[in-house]
Amino acid sequence: MIANYGYKDGSGEYYISIDTDKCTSCSAGRACLTACPKEMFEIITDDYDDEVAAVKQSFRRSLAFDCSDCKPAGGYTSLPCSTACTPGAIKHSW
Amino acid sequence: MSSGEKKEYWRWQESCWIDESKDWRAAKIVTAGIDVGSVSSQAVVCVDGELYGFNSMRTGNNSPDSATNALAGVLEKSGMKLEDITYVIGTGYGRVNVPFAHKAITEIACHARGANYMGGNKIRTILDMGGQDCKAIHCDEKGKVTNFLMNDKCAAGTGRGMEVIADLMQIPIAELGPRSFDVDEEPQAVSSTCVVFAKSEALGLLKAGYSKNKVIAAYCQAMAERVVSLIERIGVENDFFITGGIAKNVGVVKRIEKLLGTTAAETKYDSQIAGALGAALFGHTLMLKQGASATKAA
Amino acid sequence: MITAGIDMGSRTVKVVFLEELKVDGAPQLKWGVKGKHIMFPEDLDADLAADKAFEDALKGAGITRDQVKNVVATGAGRKQVKFATSDVTEVGAGARGAVFMCPTAKTVVDVGAEEGRGVKANAEGKVVDFAGNEKCAAGAGAFAESMSRALQLSLKEFGEASLRSDKTIPMNAQCTVFAESEVVSLIHSSTPKEDIAKAVLDAVASRVCAMVRRVGIEDEVILIGGMVHNPGFVQSLKGALGVDKVLLPEMPEYISALGAALIAAENNKA
Ligand code: SF4
Ligand code: SF4
Repeated sequence: MIANYGYKDGSGEYYISIDTDKCTSCSAGRACLTACPKEMFEIITDDYDDEVAAVKQSFRRSLAFDCSDCKPAGGYTSLPCSTACTPGAIKHSW
Repeated sequence: MSSGEKKEYWRWQESCWIDESKDWRAAKIVTAGIDVGSVSSQAVVCVDGELYGFNSMRTGNNSPDSATNALAGVLEKSGMKLEDITYVIGTGYGRVNVPFAHKAITEIACHARGANYMGGNKIRTILDMGGQDCKAIHCDEKGKVTNFLMNDKCAAGTGRGMEVIADLMQIPIAELGPRSFDVDEEPQAVSSTCVVFAKSEALGLLKAGYSKNKVIAAYCQAMAERVVSLIERIGVENDFFITGGIAKNVGVVKRIEKLLGTTAAETKYDSQIAGALGAALFGHTLMLKQGASATKAA
Repeated sequence: MITAGIDMGSRTVKVVFLEELKVDGAPQLKWGVKGKHIMFPEDLDADLAADKAFEDALKGAGITRDQVKNVVATGAGRKQVKFATSDVTEVGAGARGAVFMCPTAKTVVDVGAEEGRGVKANAEGKVVDFAGNEKCAAGAGAFAESMSRALQLSLKEFGEASLRSDKTIPMNAQCTVFAESEVVSLIHSSTPKEDIAKAVLDAVASRVCAMVRRVGIEDEVILIGGMVHNPGFVQSLKGALGVDKVLLPEMPEYISALGAALIAAENNKA
């Protein structure tokens, strides 16, 4: 399952998507939990009883602002979260 | 701030229905699903994995009461007691506050499951547009979610966004849809996504001589475009199913269908029960599994 | 040599003339404070409004159209100013004007009704980087405007009220429309207006601050745009950015027009 957490508002589309099929058998030792400086990720048991990473509820409506430190206006080449997730389950839409 | 009139749209017809042809007393497994939404609450009862009855009503100030009242409707009509129901699952935004629920499941999974039952196993794309949020779901032939997104941050593309325009035009919200087709020509969509800016834009259009209906048409079109852009993120695949409040607004639904080049699947039931129905079906599957493991253990 | 900058907003036009004077033999730009600010009715065509504002401003300054060498337009309606020689974005004009007014500033925070952004400028006032949140009222002054209306306070009273509060109440809603309901329920639960005002301004400030952090805070910070007039916001912004001082320019309404006039002067030399 692709779980998209985030929103789209007048200013743009801000989604972090987690590919739960890659996530269930995490080979990165749940590295996302500690990689994100904002501790934005948590492990949940989803509706199909899989243990997967998710973006915490408190961040889902403010991602554009919450991720700002990782995304300087001058450009960036990698993000801590998607770099730490070696299975490649975490993607950002913006 | 909240006039009775603008709430009217989201007060679906409160409806209660049971399938008289079925006898719940003869059933092996009776499960219930309760969907407590921000605006309306539904209870669905399934017997042996088949829809038996539902009740839909406005959500009150208090989630537990809304859940109890919704279920009470079906119980009363069928002569069932709460003890007769083997398993209850809560869903919707108030899902953790359903007092007698054994488990809570998100509305995403429940809507997919319910739509799969109501619209058939060809349903792949589900759009659920509620009073305060909008969800797009892609599922497989079993009604299992394969891709989803939700938008509950922004009022644009939700029932709330529609209320704002109804208020501005001083037109009952239920009339917006039909009125949006009563125009000399289809106008361009309002260009601002943001409800706040769209509101000023709508005012500007009125000043520029647009009729109210034409402004509403421009707004409905903007709403449809916005929702379609959300669905496109998860990929549109037929069949397509619409649930939630927006299903009642033809002005938006018809425009969404036109943009997607497809028509939404029909159902003989009220599509707003999808969430509660899905929850009741989840309950049934769970009971089957538990039954199986119980026998194994024995 | 005289140049002009026109800031064409959706409801207002501002005109600034700039004259290069010789001070002690060295050429120096002097802002003639020959600004003109007019509000125009919505049904007046934008280019007509621009023309009228320009004529008025010329009269006010006692100069003629021929004396003005270059006219640069900026603002949302900049393309509609037919008599402009060229145009420049609001971001560019704002930064240029801000750094001219406060040469020690490199970080320009621009918060108007419709957008909030952070701009990093160099010593000449050229934009190095910028990050903004546009087209969502929740990240801009419009958020505060809506909430002040819900509280039945003028924007000025709203800002002042916020200064009287030392509470920090988080606002959950990230959308102007949903936040209105939140404010209404705060009022119902008898939360003092001051505290609500502060909560609202803190929320805008934290969103703006996130954008400023994307460009990085360097040297002094200057605030431009409509929120300059809101002391409560200035206070909240200081808190969010973690700085002791935020510079506020004089005549903040004219900053963008001034920036455009400065750019016009430069274009003329090149
Ligand atoms: S971009 Fe940074 S702040 Fe955002 S989720 Fe990734 S690690 Fe966390
Ligand atoms: S774009 Fe407008 S409607 Fe959407 S979140 Fe922002 S303020 Fe709310």
